[in-house]
Amino acid sequence: MAVKTLLPTLHKRVHPLASPVYQQGLLADLALRPFTEAVAGAAQGPLRAGHIEVLQINVGKRCNQTCRHCHVDAGPDRPEVMPREVLEACFRLLEQSAIPTLDITGGAPELHPHFREMVARACALGRHVIDRCNLTVTQLPNYADLPEFLATHRVEVIASLPACTPSRTDAQRGEGVFEQSILALRHFNTLGYGQEETGLVLNLVTNPVGALLPGNQASLEREWKRELQRRYGVVFNRLYTLTNMPIGRFLEFLIASDNLEGYMTRLVNAFNPATVVGLMCRSTLSVGWDGQLYNCDFNQMLELALPQTIFDVSAQDLDRRLLRVDQHCFGCTAGAGST
Amino acid sequence: METYYHPKDLARFAEIGDSVPELWHKFLAWYNAVFEDGALSEREKALIALAVAHTVQCPYCIDAYSVSCLEKGADIEQMTEALHVAAAIRGGATLVHGVQMRDHVHKLSM
Repeated sequence: MAVKTLLPTLHKRVHPLASPVYQQGLLADLALRPFTEAVAGAAQGPLRAGHIEVLQINVGKRCNQTCRHCHVDAGPDRPEVMPREVLEACFRLLEQSAIPTLDITGGAPELHPHFREMVARACALGRHVIDRCNLTVTQLPNYADLPEFLATHRVEVIASLPACTPSRTDAQRGEGVFEQSILALRHFNTLGYGQEETGLVLNLVTNPVGALLPGNQASLEREWKRELQRRYGVVFNRLYTLTNMPIGRFLEFLIASDNLEGYMTRLVNAFNPATVVGLMCRSTLSVGWDGQLYNCDFNQMLELALPQTIFDVSAQDLDRRLLRVDQHCFGCTAGAGST
Repeated sequence: METYYHPKDLARFAEIGDSVPELWHKFLAWYNAVFEDGALSEREKALIALAVAHTVQCPYCIDAYSVSCLEKGADIEQMTEALHVAAAIRGGATLVHGVQMRDHVHKLSM
């Protein structure tokens, strides 16, 4: 069954929210406590990065899905694809540094024409590779052998699945996505993924389906392991609960459902100073499809770029850099944190 | 419009602790412990709380535990089944008291 998309991308609809500046303005107009003040109040600001542990490359905004919560505004119509010269610059940085992990994201990163080359080259350099997989991509024509390729290169798969039941998954990601995701997970399982003894890591990521905060990660993981095994015979390693960022298409949902102020107020009220020390932006360098650099993928979508680009930077240049923050950052510090 | 219930009052719950705070803190510690993962999961406990919220007809509790159920992984089908359990017990409790009614009737009737 083909995946039914929900709405075209903001970009395709020429929606005002396609503008990062417009998105930032909406959040700023809410007159909530500034994130910079919350961090300073916790005596931990201004935020600075540590060593780069993860090079996260966003290889483009093309995706076979158009999920309602997507912060990237990814979809089949998005033309952005990381060109060869940016890809080569990423590998120059990787080769000249000791950054241990390459995290490949998108869009559906596997749709990039050189995805497999990237994986193979990073593995040859001895780096740990993460593929941010939407699962349904493995059900597309010409991608059926993707799980075998990933297993051969021992790539860690971090797969999106908002719920362990069909209705909530399909409500967020499109009709039929749950069924296809289960097929994909079973395929990964047949190759040894998700089983401790094989070392092939299959982690799941769940984002709340609505204007909600994520539940307790450990509790949900126990339930998911039991239910996915019982209902579908699926196993996995870890479940990560992530907060939806109030940007992109999730911001559109918040506005349309009259939940923006309530959701942002909950994020601000749930600010947990203990999360600040482990924020992913402190150990991640995010590269855009065009070679612009960011502290994280969320900043990337708001175009909060660093002054350097992938063409003129070394890993050492970026250590201890001042991190760019704004109101959306409350999404990473709410409750138990979201990194 | 004047009403006894205001949705924003839910966020003011902690004001109860302004008076007799030691009892409030004891209540809060116990309350939080009750809802932790145990023999029942957090999701299952939230579903019980949602059902009870409807039987005590507390709009604050219904608000809070509708959100809590969703955040802890329940879906609307599970939440609706929990309500039917509560409703069935309420209905059953009404009907089972009919035994008392029948006893009265039988005692008084010729």
